[in-house]
Amino acid sequence: MTENLSFVVNGRPVSLSIDSTTPLLSVLRDDLDLRGSKFGCGTEQCGACMVLIDGKPEYSCSREAATVEGKTVTTVEGLSGTAGSHPLQQALLDEQAGQCGYCLSGILISAAALLASNPKPSRADIIAALDPHLCRCGIHNRVIRAVQKAATVIAGARP
Amino acid sequence: MISNTLPQSLIDNPLLSQWIAFEQRGSVRVGSGKVEIGQGILTALTQIAADELDVRPEQISLVSGQTDISPAEGFTSGSYSIAVGGASIRLVCAEVRSLFLDRIAETLGCLLSELSIEDGRFLRAGKDTGHDYWSMAADIGLERRASGTAPTKRPSTYKIVGKHLPRLDLPAKVVGAGFIHDIAPENLLHARVLRQPWRGAHLAGLDESAVRKAARIPIEILREGEFTALTADSEIAVMRASEAARTLAKWEGGTPPPSDAGTPAWIKGQPSRDKTTETGKPGRAMAGRVIEASYSRPFLTYGSIATSCALAEFKDGALKVWSHSQGPAVLREWLARALGLPAAEVNVFHRQGAGAYGHNTADDAAFDASFIAMRHPGRTVRVQWSREDEFAAAPISTAMVIALRAELNEDNKPADWTIEIWSPPHAQRPGMNGNSNLLGAAALPNAPPLKPLNDVPDERGGGATRNAVAIYDLPRHRLIHHLLPEVPIRTSSLRGLGAWANVFAIESFIDELAEIAGEDPVSYRLSLLSDPRARRVVETAARMSNWFEVKNLPEGRARGFGFARYKNIASFAAVVVELEVEEEISLKKVWCAADAGLVIAPDGARNQLEGGIIQGASFVMREQVRFEDGRSAIHSWQDYPILRFSDIPEIEIELIDNPNEPTLGLGEASVGPTGAAIGNALAPALGRRIRDLPLTRERIMATLLAE
Repeated sequence: MTENLSFVVNGRPVSLSIDSTTPLLSVLRDDLDLRGSKFGCGTEQCGACMVLIDGKPEYSCSREAATVEGKTVTTVEGLSGTAGSHPLQQALLDEQAGQCGYCLSGILISAAALLASNPKPSRADIIAALDPHLCRCGIHNRVIRAVQKAATVIAGARP
Repeated sequence: MISNTLPQSLIDNPLLSQWIAFEQRGSVRVGSGKVEIGQGILTALTQIAADELDVRPEQISLVSGQTDISPAEGFTSGSYSIAVGGASIRLVCAEVRSLFLDRIAETLGCLLSELSIEDGRFLRAGKDTGHDYWSMAADIGLERRASGTAPTKRPSTYKIVGKHLPRLDLPAKVVGAGFIHDIAPENLLHARVLRQPWRGAHLAGLDESAVRKAARIPIEILREGEFTALTADSEIAVMRASEAARTLAKWEGGTPPPSDAGTPAWIKGQPSRDKTTETGKPGRAMAGRVIEASYSRPFLTYGSIATSCALAEFKDGALKVWSHSQGPAVLREWLARALGLPAAEVNVFHRQGAGAYGHNTADDAAFDASFIAMRHPGRTVRVQWSREDEFAAAPISTAMVIALRAELNEDNKPADWTIEIWSPPHAQRPGMNGNSNLLGAAALPNAPPLKPLNDVPDERGGGATRNAVAIYDLPRHRLIHHLLPEVPIRTSSLRGLGAWANVFAIESFIDELAEIAGEDPVSYRLSLLSDPRARRVVETAARMSNWFEVKNLPEGRARGFGFARYKNIASFAAVVVELEVEEEISLKKVWCAADAGLVIAPDGARNQLEGGIIQGASFVMREQVRFEDGRSAIHSWQDYPILRFSDIPEIEIELIDNPNEPTLGLGEASVGPTGAAIGNALAPALGRRIRDLPLTRERIMATLLAE
């Protein structure tokens, strides 16, 4: 069942010889040592494992790794590109939008995808984009403020 | 002034050297037995230590929950961390500063008043003396008992406490780092344990070859008694094997809970140990003015976003354990007992997991990893639970029934008041009642029988009786507590224990009495509240929300009020909720006023209150664990919905500035008042009061249809 699997992760082409039915999350964490994406439920119900696949937020906990053959995957580690950090990460710190923080890496992924497609999201847009994500500590309002702030920062940085 | 009586943590860990060390130049190691569970404790303790020692926060290196060098401080629970752990660190740091200043004054032959400290360096009349904590530490020696008598700083002189210090752990977390789940040394052995579906269940059959086949690569199956562990070099293999094992396992015997477990009738039918506590004398009641109402809450689970994880390594007779336990020192002791090791050979290192809102499975995972590690010396064993096991085998926050009865006087105020509570215990953490309370240990052959259960003693805030005594002026108060110690479910602590359900019941009942009296609910509360701090909090929440001004909300929309002082000794919180109801509740806005005395980390305090509001709302609006076929009927988040982004109201918080009062525990303060305020808003919005939780769409629809 071992197959060759090639895709781009965080801008870096990778080629692995693995059991391609393994969940993508396991490949990212265990084989590629990208441990920012989290296991929360394994059934696409909490959003802790969210990654970008060709720019779209997708759960990685139960989809088979083979499904990303030839695609581009971005995890929280790759969110900032070559910059030090993504404006969303700074905005989360500015708003102190975290308690335990376990849900944040997945939330960052969905929020980044939102801002990439909708640079001026309304509160309702943000809620819709983040609704797949569960947070048990109750930092929702802080996260919403952080996404609004990051949107402003990105808009200001644009010439 | 902050009181100088010794807090419990300092009584238990009396030497200054147990708390503080000046090992590395420029850096102060401060120990704490309290651990980060998402509440920001590491940041707040750092603020306290830095301020009291006159060093910068970045000079503090806080070592939390490392059992060989951190003080043993029991569990991080009950909103005690700042009030007890923080108070201990403050006294220790003040004493250390005093000791060093006295020595410098003696060495230089100068007055104490000439000396000051900056970044840990001693200054005389503002000039560097060439001495600092690190140069003096060897001479002074901290192997001495803390007296607790050194003067602590006056709150008005604080430079770091009470000011904003960004959370120290967040920068790592916004890049997805810093969790126990991410520790991955070489040579890991992954493991999962097949959980018994109920207490005492016997594994009558398991098709091991089918389990091995599901794993797809070779795995090892370790079976001792009812403890069955699957191990392999790959995590995915043990995940696949354990999913197969769960389906294939045949269980018999033991005490499966019945399907009606948790209903009010079932709860009230359980064997009980009863205790009645009475205070005061009844006032003059009016004939026929007896009001009674009964409330209930279901079983709940803590629902952390991560599943529990632990690592353990057994080498040369010594066991190292990495765990997100809330009580590393207690875990160490009970792991040692359960594994037959001397405690000195066990060392627990706290590493952060996801938020723990009560007794979760961290300790159970630590036992799993440790037990398996002892059978694989030299390997680091890593256990991470499945989501399904979390829902099925985690400790459960217990269902309760709370009945209230008041006899009213001619002013419609209570002349006599009785609260009657039926509840299993709210705490079965490791060590409680002399039981290890470690799931894996209970599955072993010859596991010691479970010793009889008690609830958290009243002097520790009580479990089912937490916040059972209403804070209002009541001439006579009677508390009847039916402890139900024999229910076949591992009931344990969830944020606030019995408090939030008691507050829900009491505050609902107060609203019901106000309605009978024809008074505004807030005015009615104020007429029964003489404590000035309590009044101020209630009045502040009313002012913030324009409670008395806002009338005539549209149909289906209403406001409710809830108030409590957590444990009657910690923070005060009053909450106003505005909601709308059609088929289900939609929260619109929440206002919260709180008095926590001296606030160490103002933004952290707000964050905790906000989180408590959202979690408290989730508890009463959505959450319920049911049982079927002898086991938990909750398999995934689909079966256990919690509030989501689209459910969250705007929240406004006001912290009452009270820096000269001692710091009061705050992490659990807003949970109860929020649930109560929701119930009290739902009643007018719906035109009918619902007394049994949760306040779900089904319950609301059934209530409307029953009209």
